[in-house]
Amino acid sequence: MADSVGKVVIPGDILSEFRASEKTSKVALGPGLRQEGEEVLVTKGGILRHKEPNLYWIDCHQRRYIPAKGEDVIGIVTVKSGDVYRVDIGATQPATLSYLAFEGATKRNRPNVKVGDLVFAKLLVANKDMEPELVCIDSGGHSSGYGVIPADGGFMVHTSLNLVRKILSPNCDILKFLGKNVPFETAVGMNGRIWVKAKTPKDTIVVANAIASSEHMTNAQIRTMIRQLLDKLSGF
Amino acid sequence: MANDTEKPKLSKNLMQMKFMQRKQQSDDREKLEEEEQRVIDEEHWVLDIPELKKLESRYEVIDSFVPCEGLKYGRFSFQGFNPAIEKIAKSFEVAKEEEASEAKEKEESVSDDEMARRYEAIVGTIQKKFGKKRHRNSTGDEPQVKKKKKKFLKPKED
Repeated sequence: MADSVGKVVIPGDILSEFRASEKTSKVALGPGLRQEGEEVLVTKGGILRHKEPNLYWIDCHQRRYIPAKGEDVIGIVTVKSGDVYRVDIGATQPATLSYLAFEGATKRNRPNVKVGDLVFAKLLVANKDMEPELVCIDSGGHSSGYGVIPADGGFMVHTSLNLVRKILSPNCDILKFLGKNVPFETAVGMNGRIWVKAKTPKDTIVVANAIASSEHMTNAQIRTMIRQLLDKLSGF
Repeated sequence: MANDTEKPKLSKNLMQMKFMQRKQQSDDREKLEEEEQRVIDEEHWVLDIPELKKLESRYEVIDSFVPCEGLKYGRFSFQGFNPAIEKIAKSFEVAKEEEASEAKEKEESVSDDEMARRYEAIVGTIQKKFGKKRHRNSTGDEPQVKKKKKKFLKPKED
């Protein structure tokens, strides 16, 4: 239904008349849409979005994380059992993380991961019938940003999935603008967890608060908010 | 003449020589393997049914928001806070730029197909230049009216 793009749809709506790709004559259904026989059903309430040439998905507000293959998440190690770690990623089921899936790890040389550690990892396996599986290396065996997040300082905030998508979208410049003013480091997981670390605890709190409260703001509003926060920080 | 249709064989003495042994062994091994394969094939059952047609859907499912919204990689570092992360971010940026410039180049430059077509057209024109004047007409594009071959005409007898 080309005319309902940009409009609100609710679960159970049946959509049709999608625009297919000219090359493959296929339609790509993103999150929130499900094929049921020959029909396409809406499974989430939200706004129907479309991206050229043939991609449709539902933009909805959500806090429950549903694992999707290839996404980067922040997990909390809950159990060390045998050759895997069990990691909470906020989904219905805990994910497994092999101790061999770290950079430079061998059977002899285990990575130093403790219960309660945060890990930034990629979902290797994610489907509704199986336990999700994480890895902390890329295809070349390098860490490339994945791995245990050092526990010396830093703070993790739990936000909605929308905020994470907003922060990571190419047309949102909150991190860039914050980074111009405060040196800090962050890891943003698609499961709604954002870890922030700056030089002092005060800076860390300011950055975390700025990110957490930016969900419903425009870029201009975010800039003014950050300016105010920084003024407070420097004691004006 | 039965011998004519058969493949010529080497003499027994020659086959027993050392350099022929290797070939013979490999031949034997091949024959043995073939036999084994045949035995295995015969033991297998095959149901004589038409091949199952694969159901082809016009929909493909994408679970993640990342390709939908073009989301960025989730690690950031600013003002040299974590140089390792900044290095990775830089490499991402370089890759992205390269991709963009490649796409631009593709758009601006001539594709292989077009090149071939143009070249084909140009070959004729250049050939004309190098050919002798006499041949020019024959290599020209316009179809030539075939001249009648001059024949010897028998003189009329009076």
